Amino acid sequence: MAAQMTDAHRRFLQALMSNGITEGSEAKKLHQHCCETDKVYYAHDKLDDFISTINSHLQPLFMQIRKGISEDDGRAHYAVVNLAETEVTKMASDYTESELELFRKTMDLIILSENGFASSTDILNLADQLKTKKMKKKEAEQVLKVFVEDKWLSEKNGEYTLHTRCIIEMEQYILSNYQDVARKCNICHSLAIQSQGCESCGIGMHLPCVRKYFRGQTEPRCPECNEFWSCDTPGVSRMGSQT
Amino acid sequence: MSQRKRSKGLGCSQLLDGEDDSIPTQVERRSQEQLNQKVSELVQFLLVKDQKKIPIKRADILKNIIREYRDAYSEIIRRADRTLQEVFGLQLVEIDAKRHIYILINNLPCAEGEQLCRDKEKEKMGLLLVILSFIFMKGNSVKDSALWEFLHLLRVYPGKQHSVFGDVRKLVAEEFVRQKYLETTAIPLTDPPEFKYQWGPRAEKETSKKDVLNFVAKMQGKDPKFWASQYSEANKATT
Repeated sequence: MAAQMTDAHRRFLQALMSNGITEGSEAKKLHQHCCETDKVYYAHDKLDDFISTINSHLQPLFMQIRKGISEDDGRAHYAVVNLAETEVTKMASDYTESELELFRKTMDLIILSENGFASSTDILNLADQLKTKKMKKKEAEQVLKVFVEDKWLSEKNGEYTLHTRCIIEMEQYILSNYQDVARKCNICHSLAIQSQGCESCGIGMHLPCVRKYFRGQTEPRCPECNEFWSCDTPGVSRMGSQT
Repeated sequence: MSQRKRSKGLGCSQLLDGEDDSIPTQVERRSQEQLNQKVSELVQFLLVKDQKKIPIKRADILKNIIREYRDAYSEIIRRADRTLQEVFGLQLVEIDAKRHIYILINNLPCAEGEQLCRDKEKEKMGLLLVILSFIFMKGNSVKDSALWEFLHLLRVYPGKQHSVFGDVRKLVAEEFVRQKYLETTAIPLTDPPEFKYQWGPRAEKETSKKDVLNFVAKMQGKDPKFWASQYSEANKATT
């Protein structure tokens, strides 16, 4: 039997929605703040139950607070997602048709790429091929900046990938629309945008998952085909010496 | 065999613009499941629209969500409002009964040091609060020129790009007005035409004269009772 919603739950939900994406430790602090503000019983290790209560009430609305793991640092993040969405409709009200088209094409480039990144040059070259309305490079640069600010994309050294928020919110959409191309991590089985791959059998893994899986191993081997794992495994020492 | 029944009581006659005659409109035909679906869609529609603080027109609701369920309109709206209150702590409020315009307001009591808004929004809300305070303290209505003179003191100029707010004139005269935080009306018999600013309906619903007076008192380190007439007005006003 699902617990009742209290003002603390509502406050938490409102904050999550206005944040767009909330990092794990922030969410814990928010949980405490909400319980204290609305004088609701607080148990510091019961964040998951707290969220479940909210989710049971969100379910009939086809919404959910979902937890996703950042592909960069492996930390948990929370976002409110819309399960009924068939497209990038969450963004639909915030951007123009041509901006949405640029985003979709950028997402194509990112998902089809080897490493989950699309270079700024490649994206800007798309700008004047848009069907809705051609965009000048300067304008496209601005739009990309807004996408980064709004946490749909993240940028590193002039290259763009999908922000954790985007991945949490659009995972279902991506998995169904890019069925044959989108990679799933061999370890955690979630969508993998940035990934390392095995050169022999082609399976992919998230970098944080790679780190965890190969921790302490001097000779990392592919979990699927057992071939030597040729990529640089971050944070894992090779050749015997312990870090 | 389909019939076209006219909906009753919702003033919908002018809204049935060239509807397809074959769409049935009997309320009894609506299953709970279908209604629930519409309620969910409406809740999401309202949340998305309100995220940008744009007031929602009934016409848009009918066109985009309700569609052929017009006969169940008030039922769907009622349930959506109840869901918004129970799950989100938000309330659907009609701010214009003639033109049927709605906003969502926050039902939850405001907490100290709460950061519900994203950073960009928090600063805009700060500026807005200052403007609302100025208007209230000056008797609920100020001339355009007086407002800008006041903002000059805060180094905010209508002609100049502000590092945080950007085009401030646009923010105050357009964005805040569009969001219904401020209302601007022309002062009659002025040439060149002058305008006055007052609180808009969203400001009336989302904050109170009492809160604003307390804010001013805090800023100036005085007791709210220091401003006798504003104090009595603020305490008279009911939410």
